[in-house]
Amino acid sequence: MTANEGWMIAGMMAVTFGIRYFLFALADRIRMAPWIEGALKFIPPAVLTAITLPAVLLPKGDWQVSLSNPYLVSAIAATAAGILTRNLLATIAIGLAAFFAYRFLF
Amino acid sequence: MNRPASSQLQEFLSGARDTLPLLLGALPFGLIYGAVAATSGLSMTAAVAMSALVFAGASQFIAVGLVAAQTPVAIIVLTTFIVNLRHMLYSATLLPYLKNLPQKWRIPLAFWLTDETFAVTVHRFQKDDSSAFKHWHQLGSSIAMYLNWQFWCFLGLVLGSRIPDAQGWGLDVAMPVTFIGMIIPFVKTIPVAVCVLTAGAASLLTQAMPYKLWIVVSAFAGIAAGLMAQRIINDRKGALLR
Repeated sequence: MTANEGWMIAGMMAVTFGIRYFLFALADRIRMAPWIEGALKFIPPAVLTAITLPAVLLPKGDWQVSLSNPYLVSAIAATAAGILTRNLLATIAIGLAAFFAYRFLF
Repeated sequence: MNRPASSQLQEFLSGARDTLPLLLGALPFGLIYGAVAATSGLSMTAAVAMSALVFAGASQFIAVGLVAAQTPVAIIVLTTFIVNLRHMLYSATLLPYLKNLPQKWRIPLAFWLTDETFAVTVHRFQKDDSSAFKHWHQLGSSIAMYLNWQFWCFLGLVLGSRIPDAQGWGLDVAMPVTFIGMIIPFVKTIPVAVCVLTAGAASLLTQAMPYKLWIVVSAFAGIAAGLMAQRIINDRKGALLR
């Protein structure tokens, strides 16, 4: 490992742990306004969707909105599987299977 | 699921069990990280150390891409910071549940806080049974995710340098597919649906922002829209009652 790599990993570790721990560290000294507590439940679906949709529609950094985009095909399959089965494992398995089946067939 | 009188061990095991499907989702993602790292010019030791010490899939993935493009260290660290800012939103959500735990619990749970463990464990914390050991559930999920990630990253590293074309397989599809599975259980009310649609639309409209800043910006747009939708619905209910 070079010194440069060492600095990179130390820096990445410091910022990542810092972000994850900052609020936990102060937990007993923080009091949240009621409207903020009401906003918390929107955080998980908002963040996850903001990461997911571009990864599906712009998988390599540019727009691919057509059924020739295997990422979009597998996302549609996973969404359908998720809504129908309500089962996380089935959702992931069907989404991945759709991707590789599509890749293999076309 | 009824869990009266859960002990620590039971919570720990059920945390690990609830995380099993997400281990499958992290499998291809870990492999592709390893494969990309192996061909990025990063040393084997550094790639393993990154998984062990940073433990943040999306930013590791981006970092090895930036290493391959010979990006300065400062820019890589800055990008990591912005990509992982979302974890502060997660820790804010968990705050009410963890604020009475000692630091010896808060530190490891913070280190191991990932999208997956958060999504699994927040459902456990929100169940209104009186278990005093729900943080053991998070610990079980955390350790399962951590060991799984180290294993598949390492395998990806070993295989990646031998299979030159591994990057072209599209294993990165595992991330959106897994996240779709995690999003669906949250979408139970109209305000959450509004939140999801807004965050999604915003993420597509803000792609031009540098350093993946759009992740946090779009999340805030979604949260604001969800809050507004909730307020409108509550106002209507109030009007009906009058």
